[in-house]
Amino acid sequence: MEAHETFEHDVLIIGAGGAGLRAAIEASATGLKVGLVCKSMLGKAHTVMAEGGIAAALANVDERDNWKVHFSDTMRGGHYINNWRMAEIHAKEAPDRVRELEAWGAVFDRTKDGRILQRNFGGHKYPRLAHVGDRTGLEMIRTLQDHGIHQGIDVHMEVTVAHLLKDGDRISGALAYDRERGRFRVFHAKAVVLATGGIGRAFRITSNSWEYTGDGHALAYNAGADLVDMEFIQFHPTGMVWPPSVRGILVTEGVRGEGGILLNNKGERFLFDNIPDNYKAQTAADAEEGWRYVLGDKDAHRPPELLTRDHVARCIVEEIKEGRGSPHGGVFLDIAWIKEKLGNAEEHIKRKLPSMYHQFKQLAGLDITKEPMEVGPTTHYVMGGVLVEADTQMSTVPGLFACGECGAGINGANRLGGNSLSDLLVLGQRAGQYAARFAKDKGDTRVDMEEIDAAKREALAPFQRPVPDAGNAYRIQYELQDAMQDLVGIVRNGEEMEQALVKIGELKEKAEKVGAVGNREYNPGWHTVLDLQNLLMVSEAVARSALERKESRGAQFRVDYPEKSEEWGKYNVTVRRGPDGAMQIDRIPIPEMPAELQEIITEMG
Amino acid sequence: MAKTKFKIWRGDGKGGEFEEYSTETSGGMVVLDAVHQIQAESANDLACRWNCKAGKCGSCSAEVNGMPKLMCMTRLDELPLEEGVTIEPIKTFPIIKDLVTDISWNYRAKKKIKPFKPRQPDNEDGSWTFYQEDIDRVQEFRKCIECFLCQNVCHVLREHHLEEEFIGPSALVYTAALEMHPLDTEDRLEDLKKANGIGYCNITKCCTQVCPEHITITDNAIIPLKERVVDRYYDPVARIWSKLTKRS
Repeated sequence: MEAHETFEHDVLIIGAGGAGLRAAIEASATGLKVGLVCKSMLGKAHTVMAEGGIAAALANVDERDNWKVHFSDTMRGGHYINNWRMAEIHAKEAPDRVRELEAWGAVFDRTKDGRILQRNFGGHKYPRLAHVGDRTGLEMIRTLQDHGIHQGIDVHMEVTVAHLLKDGDRISGALAYDRERGRFRVFHAKAVVLATGGIGRAFRITSNSWEYTGDGHALAYNAGADLVDMEFIQFHPTGMVWPPSVRGILVTEGVRGEGGILLNNKGERFLFDNIPDNYKAQTAADAEEGWRYVLGDKDAHRPPELLTRDHVARCIVEEIKEGRGSPHGGVFLDIAWIKEKLGNAEEHIKRKLPSMYHQFKQLAGLDITKEPMEVGPTTHYVMGGVLVEADTQMSTVPGLFACGECGAGINGANRLGGNSLSDLLVLGQRAGQYAARFAKDKGDTRVDMEEIDAAKREALAPFQRPVPDAGNAYRIQYELQDAMQDLVGIVRNGEEMEQALVKIGELKEKAEKVGAVGNREYNPGWHTVLDLQNLLMVSEAVARSALERKESRGAQFRVDYPEKSEEWGKYNVTVRRGPDGAMQIDRIPIPEMPAELQEIITEMG
Repeated sequence: MAKTKFKIWRGDGKGGEFEEYSTETSGGMVVLDAVHQIQAESANDLACRWNCKAGKCGSCSAEVNGMPKLMCMTRLDELPLEEGVTIEPIKTFPIIKDLVTDISWNYRAKKKIKPFKPRQPDNEDGSWTFYQEDIDRVQEFRKCIECFLCQNVCHVLREHHLEEEFIGPSALVYTAALEMHPLDTEDRLEDLKKANGIGYCNITKCCTQVCPEHITITDNAIIPLKERVVDRYYDPVARIWSKLTKRS
């Protein structure tokens, strides 16, 4: 077998978005040697695309806000199957993590009295999202990057991890290849943190980049770790729909936070007719009250456009299905209407939503200060991921940690907008801290040369196979995306998901035969063959978990089980690789919530 | 739907040439869509960088018909398609493969800049008090997506390759963001003058013209930094004053 270069780290972080960078900074602060692996160049990870803001109960805009309200909002949004301890930690620690960003140079928009400004967002009772216009993610990743590069972290850019190495039960490192030359690297480590993001590329319409192929999910699964909540995929209600080539690109919820309204082709604000019972008391009675809320009237309730994403996405699908959609198969999102209410509306929109203005102007030839946008749901986020302990973020495999989107628990059945950026910081910091502690306490590991050689052979196998049709790997990926979009999408039923599993099975067989053309240097064709394995694995996990959960809750809506079931509210669904290599689905009971947390939820109504 | 011809540069650091491809195009498509389509149809191993496809990550910089652009934000219907579309890597940096260049120098240049150093927090919870008008200018600079198109067109780098002496426009924008940050206490003027070579910029404003984020690089970032350097090192009154105060 060919040689590889070996890198020795105490803690290896895989993924360099918000969670990975925050974990790396924390682990490095303990004096340990930390390696950070990025699939792309540093600073280009998916966090850069986050728009609306970071949820943290700073109470800068509404003094009634505090961690208890944030906790309660998160649990309600997640339909109470969240890991309550994680939701508690998150709500308590988010304000400190945001202030820390400011200490590292982040420049958030300000309130009139010179503090961090916060905006309204779906499912959050009070204005809670610290933001910078609609480019909060860029501010966050750049702040972490600019701080991180001076902390002595070894950064490996454009390197993809293909396999996690084990020493007995414990994680001992990873085998990776570099994009530029296609050469192998072995990372020998005492603890490994996965922060690889999501799985959006398993769907046809998505806001996610090429990197989002479920790498961390698949690496953990193959290493024997449990995954949880994989049935819950967040379809963001507002993606672009026209022209076809931009379909799926995100339109921030911030548009609605700033007063944007959703309309069908009859000009009706259809969400007023679709308010779930458990949000009725928190939602505006009419358009006038909704606008007062946007302006900051503390006696007003929020407009129905700021209901949770799972609900808004489903209502949009319903409007389209009933023939009340926009010309290109979406609905209308109108922010221009606020000119009826504000003298300087045009300037205000450009100031608060600059990249949305730019994006529509450039890509769709549309001026959002004058015309409504056409929007429809787009695959955005996976609530499910690696099952981890709330306090430490360690998975069921000793020494393997996970945080950010590839970890799971905090969001339950549906994530609130803005909770992802805060979760990256809070749980990323904890993952870094506890991975460092684990590395110090447990000491050195060994890597197994046979395991390394086997992983190399597998990574190189596509070059040994004949290539009957040059388009193959890409085409299989498209077929998978079609199957997931059409059969395991926003509206599901058992029969279609069974069909999806059959299709996934067929595609797996095809994928095993797909070859790669060209050489190993910067070869996206080869990378697509390898990433496809991960996509197939996570797609199967999503379909099987969704079949297992025989109810509708949060992001999962099943026409064959349209009601929420009390019984299913007691369980999370887990996924594990069985001893025979087949996927095993189980359910684990949700531990009872301590009385003091239960009281908070009762108190908040 | 119509077929459009594309000439894409294929090769590596040792050399290469333009290859012709033809693919179906339709209204609203951007250059990056066509590159992806060609990759999937007929050139699986065609190398290009991209991430967000929405002008936010700055990965897909290339020269389209000779103009430095983000491929994801360049619509085909803005180009004269009948003549075909030429796509080549940005020219200033060494080629790795096809449309991918070695931009690592930009990361090294940025690392040379002294990091943010805030004053003591104003408030007990570790926070500071400052106002929107204090940060409007800084927020303009912080829109930078590090696409390095400005570095690519800067003649100090593109023609003279003074990478050792000059950090380039994007790193100067970053420096300006730090220098004008209301909380920052670090002093970067000596570095700007010496190690980071601000004097090499002769304000031709090519950088400003290509910035996809419309940052007024030359006028708002570089010129004010140059003025600060001049005030400290070249202002005769200030020089005499500093000598006198040193003596006393």
